[in-house]
Amino acid sequence: MNLSGEYRLPLPRRTVWAGLNDPDILRQCIPGCEDLAKVSDTELTAKVGLKIGPMTAKFTGKVTLSDLDPPNGYKIAGEGQGGVAGFGKGSAVVTLEEDGSGGTILRYTADSQVGGKMAQLGSRLIDATAKKLADEFFGKFAETVAAPASADAAPAPAQSAEAPVPAASGDAGGLPQSVWIAALVVAVGAVLWMVLGN
Amino acid sequence: MAVDGIGAAVRRKEDFRFLTGRGNYTDDIDRPNQTHAYILRSQSAHARLGKIDASKALKAPGVVAVFTGADLAADNVGGLPCGWGIKNKDGSAMHEPPHPVLAVGKVRHVGDPIAVVIAETLAQAKDAAELLKVELSDLPAISQVRDAIKPGAPVVHDGGPNGNISFDWHIGDADAVAAAFKKAHKVAKIDLVNNRLVANAMEPRAAIGEFDRATGDYTLYTTSQNPHVIRLLMGAFVLHIPEAKLRVFAPDVGGGFGSKIYHYAEEALVTWASAKVGRPVKWTAERSESFLSDAHGRDHVSHAELALDKDGKFLALKVSTLSNMGAYLSTFAPAIPTYLYATLLAGVYTTPAIYAEVKAIFTNTVPVDAYRGAGRPEAAFLLERLVDIAAAEMGMDRVEIRKRNFIPTNAFPYQTPVALQYDSGDYFATLDGALKLSEYSGFEARRAEAKKRGKLRGIGISTYVEACGIAPSNIAGALGARAGLFECANVRVHPTGSVTLFTGCHSHGQGHETTYAQLIAERLGIGLDQIEVSHGDTNKIPFGMGTYGSRSLAVGGTAVVKALDKIVAKAKKIAAHLMEAAEADIEFKDGKFTVAGTDKSKAFGEIALTAYVPHNFPLETLEPGLDETAFYDPKNFTFPGGAHICEVEIDPDTGVTKVVNFTAVDDVGRVINPMIVEGQVHGGVAQGIGQALLENCNYDDSGQLRSGSYMDYTMPRADDLPSFKVATAITLCTHNPLGVKGVGEVGAIGSPPAVINAVVDALKDYGVRHIDMPATPQKIWAICNSGRRAAAE
Repeated sequence: MNLSGEYRLPLPRRTVWAGLNDPDILRQCIPGCEDLAKVSDTELTAKVGLKIGPMTAKFTGKVTLSDLDPPNGYKIAGEGQGGVAGFGKGSAVVTLEEDGSGGTILRYTADSQVGGKMAQLGSRLIDATAKKLADEFFGKFAETVAAPASADAAPAPAQSAEAPVPAASGDAGGLPQSVWIAALVVAVGAVLWMVLGN
Repeated sequence: MAVDGIGAAVRRKEDFRFLTGRGNYTDDIDRPNQTHAYILRSQSAHARLGKIDASKALKAPGVVAVFTGADLAADNVGGLPCGWGIKNKDGSAMHEPPHPVLAVGKVRHVGDPIAVVIAETLAQAKDAAELLKVELSDLPAISQVRDAIKPGAPVVHDGGPNGNISFDWHIGDADAVAAAFKKAHKVAKIDLVNNRLVANAMEPRAAIGEFDRATGDYTLYTTSQNPHVIRLLMGAFVLHIPEAKLRVFAPDVGGGFGSKIYHYAEEALVTWASAKVGRPVKWTAERSESFLSDAHGRDHVSHAELALDKDGKFLALKVSTLSNMGAYLSTFAPAIPTYLYATLLAGVYTTPAIYAEVKAIFTNTVPVDAYRGAGRPEAAFLLERLVDIAAAEMGMDRVEIRKRNFIPTNAFPYQTPVALQYDSGDYFATLDGALKLSEYSGFEARRAEAKKRGKLRGIGISTYVEACGIAPSNIAGALGARAGLFECANVRVHPTGSVTLFTGCHSHGQGHETTYAQLIAERLGIGLDQIEVSHGDTNKIPFGMGTYGSRSLAVGGTAVVKALDKIVAKAKKIAAHLMEAAEADIEFKDGKFTVAGTDKSKAFGEIALTAYVPHNFPLETLEPGLDETAFYDPKNFTFPGGAHICEVEIDPDTGVTKVVNFTAVDDVGRVINPMIVEGQVHGGVAQGIGQALLENCNYDDSGQLRSGSYMDYTMPRADDLPSFKVATAITLCTHNPLGVKGVGEVGAIGSPPAVINAVVDALKDYGVRHIDMPATPQKIWAICNSGRRAAAE
């Protein structure tokens, strides 16, 4: 089925990207995230523990990026395996946009599918759960990234020093670091939709 | 007559153990040194199956063995056989792809078994199954028949000669139908779906395999409706075990409704694996697994047209049906939408020309097979919906149009244009009985009263016929059956006069232990406490085709009667010898043998004792003992029929339908135990109302089962049902000695169209012509809402 949504993050895009450079922040913000790792420039993996209705399960998600059009959008595809709980897979087209008043708007349309026990037991709960988890993520993300950002005036932590330079990783064959990290925002959702979105 | 004989409403003998928790079900059985099997099932609806790496799982604690399809193939284990072959229109054989015990090459539905893990405990087996690494690459999948026949649709079985079509079959006279349609005054048309159902027996399936290393004998304990059929199919086709070396025992079974007829992969798996691991192997389905592995029921998509003349007489019927077979052909699947469906399309009417075509379609779903009624509910639903639509088209009363087209009571035996010959029936009597019992004539007053309360009240009628005790074997064989359809009974009179009946009809809720005992009590004049009924064990019972299609009394009961005939005939010979009289002068009544015209008499027990202590016995002309077996192969089906009337009230604000009255007047032939008959009708009607209003097995377009638990699959509960008004108006079957027809399925056949006809009637002000099952509050609320909007505009 199709799921779409839009989030306005009250943060300048640069700040968002800076935050996204910190895997710790992402790990903190993805509900139930236990591990997050970059496998290659277009692939990353995540381990997430989630509760959907009557089921509690650990999902291993793999996310692949394609159709990169920095910094306007990307296509993200992936799947999450939850063992006996089943699987989720799908793809999402994501756009990032400045809202003109200092914030960033993230829009997505996802087409995804769940299988196995999640479909059998929880299909009614999937949409609501996915939406709730996505909201939780973006809420927490905004909050977490805003905290160090507001401390900008204070002696700069190493991280904010990097912030103004969301530049390429320098590797000619690779994607700009910022691009795939921004995509990670989506990956968040990605793990959620793919695993949960119906 | 004996007090507890034919016609007595005796309480069921078996209920004491069931109601006190003393039943002995397969899962209650634990064998010494037993292991536990857990089956890894596909989560994908359709995928290529690559390597299965079991190395980690094999090292997990408690694991005894892991087997995959490759292990079975290496051991020459065969696929699960299909027991009925159907021919295409052109006479060619149906497409019958292999049905491996464990998937090979591809998985074809969610729940398709991939591997089995055998461990010391079930928990260890489950944990180890998570360590199996299975290479699966997903393929596009299809779940709906309409999608499966589109060009370019994913193909469930590669290399099928006709895509996903297993067979394209037809019956009837297409030319006669076409000619009749040309003369039609009006044509009533309908497109409808018969919703997919899950049987949901109270007891999930279970199986224990045990191999005796000393003798080489195998035993399978299983939840089966027909253990001899399982022994035959599994022994001969799958595991190649001689029947003499294979015992199949189905102990107490907690409901089947058809879903426990079939030979399932798990039965073969535990039996085979028990020899491999040298220990008993036990498997019990979890409820989730039942949803994914028990054969489902129904799932038809049909278009039908009925031609009428200006007086409302039916001239011709044409029907086109797509029947979902699921991913494989289950044991009797091909027979259901053909010889148990299309042959019933005459219904109770004199429609002179009928043509039906049925395409059986593979999809990436659980296999579909018989479920209570099996084909006949689909026929009855289609016809009875169509007749209501015809009444509306003609502006005729729904009772009048039915009566005008009923087969006259003096027209039996009646040959239909779709192969069947009905032997007896009186459709006027059952309908008039139901009209009276339901207080039909007072309905409009009740409708008006409900309207004052803001409720929409509707009434619906269904008049149906069905066919039970599928037979005879030679004709069924000519139509594609790959098994016989007789039944066997062995009546063993013990030396002191008590009796054990060994019957091939398994009992899993039908009350055989009581009904059969009543037949014996009636005939032999002995008390029910002197009679035991044994079923389910192939080592005890000579043979049997099992219990399905409401056959136990019409076929199994007749076999009992035939065996009793032999018992009485032999007992008369013994009595004649004892009383020094001519055999022809011996009379047997109320348990006493008497010599006509004298006061000489011998009790049944005395004869029994003499048979086993043959001191004064005609040994030169008669064998000792009193133990007789009969096999009975019926001449024809039996044809129960009846009229069901349903009254509903709909709350337009919530869309909730409440069944407020339900009346069933059925002709089930002679009634042996009225309480059991009433109970069977109650159960069937509950399931029929469930299908009409609540139950729906739902797959998404990618083949994922979405209704895999009772959160989403709505079973009828006590508060969904009214107190039923049930009665019988019988005619006797003309070709079996008891005159019995069968009652197991009538409730589930007659009720769904009565409910939907009532719902449509309640919604008539909204211009509703048809509503597909289940008529959920969501659907009805939408109708009421759009109607209101339309009215407001």
